[in-house]
Amino acid sequence: MKTDWRARNHPAWWAFLVHRISGIVLTLFLPFHFWVLGMALNEAARMDDFFAWTDRPLVKFAEAGLVILLAAHLTGGLRLMALEFLAWRGWQKDLLAVAAGLTVIAGVVFAYVV
Amino acid sequence: MVLGVCVFVHLVTIIVAMRGDLSAAAILERTQGNWLWFVFYVVFLLAVVVHAPVGMRAVLDEWLGWRGTGIDILLVILALALGIWGLRAVWGVFV
Amino acid sequence: MSDILQVRVWRGDEQGEYQAFEVPRLESQTVLDVVSHIQRHMDPTLAYRFACRVGMCGSCAMTVNGVARWTCRTHVSKVAKDGALELAPLAHLPVVRDLVTDMSEFFDKWARARGQFHPTATREDPFARVRPDSPERRNADAGIECIGCGVCYASCDVVQWRPDYLGPAALNRAWTLINDERDGARNERLRAVGDDAGCLACHTHVSCTERCPKHISPTAGIAGLKRAVMKAALRGDL
Repeated sequence: MKTDWRARNHPAWWAFLVHRISGIVLTLFLPFHFWVLGMALNEAARMDDFFAWTDRPLVKFAEAGLVILLAAHLTGGLRLMALEFLAWRGWQKDLLAVAAGLTVIAGVVFAYVV
Repeated sequence: MVLGVCVFVHLVTIIVAMRGDLSAAAILERTQGNWLWFVFYVVFLLAVVVHAPVGMRAVLDEWLGWRGTGIDILLVILALALGIWGLRAVWGVFV
Repeated sequence: MSDILQVRVWRGDEQGEYQAFEVPRLESQTVLDVVSHIQRHMDPTLAYRFACRVGMCGSCAMTVNGVARWTCRTHVSKVAKDGALELAPLAHLPVVRDLVTDMSEFFDKWARARGQFHPTATREDPFARVRPDSPERRNADAGIECIGCGVCYASCDVVQWRPDYLGPAALNRAWTLINDERDGARNERLRAVGDDAGCLACHTHVSCTERCPKHISPTAGIAGLKRAVMKAALRGDL
């Protein structure tokens, strides 16, 4: 038999899910990201058009989402490395709180600069 | 086995590289002709090109049940495609 | 506290359904008490497994309201606040019948993780002197109280997603032996646990640590194995 959400309902499992989903979304975003940057090579005008297109609330919102996902993936990864590579101690939930906090801060800072 | 260790090592590379990347958006305009940033982006890109397919390998294996040599070869091809495309992008903002 | 517990119990093997029972609610009642009441007074064909009833033998683990637990030391008051219990066999193991699982694979994986002690001395040699406060001894102490109940194995999603994954208990066992200075099979054991089906597959969901009734952290042991495997690989020992 299989387990369901009741067995998974604890902080570290949700942190895993955030890490995995953010990783998948960021991977899918990469080709698109490279495509736009590649425009600089011989389609600079088109790139400017694209940047103009991005200057609207919904796109900014999506960008903030990507930044938050990246920050979540980074802090989540650092959290895992701290857990697994440093001496073990009962600090899983402290690390999680720090990772979540830093992610929120990154999101707020991004929202502030755009 | 070796792959397992590589994941950790490259994870470190990514995260070290990532720390600098947080202000990349602002620096984008200043990247042209900047060798330091060029080298940084290349290193960052290589780390991503290794990390992303390795991560996707676990996702495909565990959530879709896609495993085996065929999937590994496909992921290597995707990694190379991502790397070439990414290098083109880095070159694009450098020259 | 209501007088009656509404209990749903899994009947059948992999295919089956929940059967409803109404069990009298008692003071200080454990989940195992509930199962025993059903088997003795309501349906003698119910299959389940237990032995010691005091949290030592590791045979009575089941899925209680969706979470793997040792039933002999789980009080009903802790898990059935609304007076309802759902009892199922442990996850990730073949169901023999009702609440009984076939645990062969679980223990076979202990063997595959090189869970056997490999002595370096004979009975003619003097006793090994292991300092109780040495880091290795402390690491082993932290994991040595495992009763083999399978709760961690049933709670681990990596076991579900990668059927060949050795699982938390087997890796915890390997970790205690890695820290046993009398043992002579360190590198063989690191080879046995250092691949995609071993410690490197662990995603640190920490479910095993959350659920272990003995408050062991297999996650800690697996993290230790990851470090040991990496160091051994860098030294070229693997």
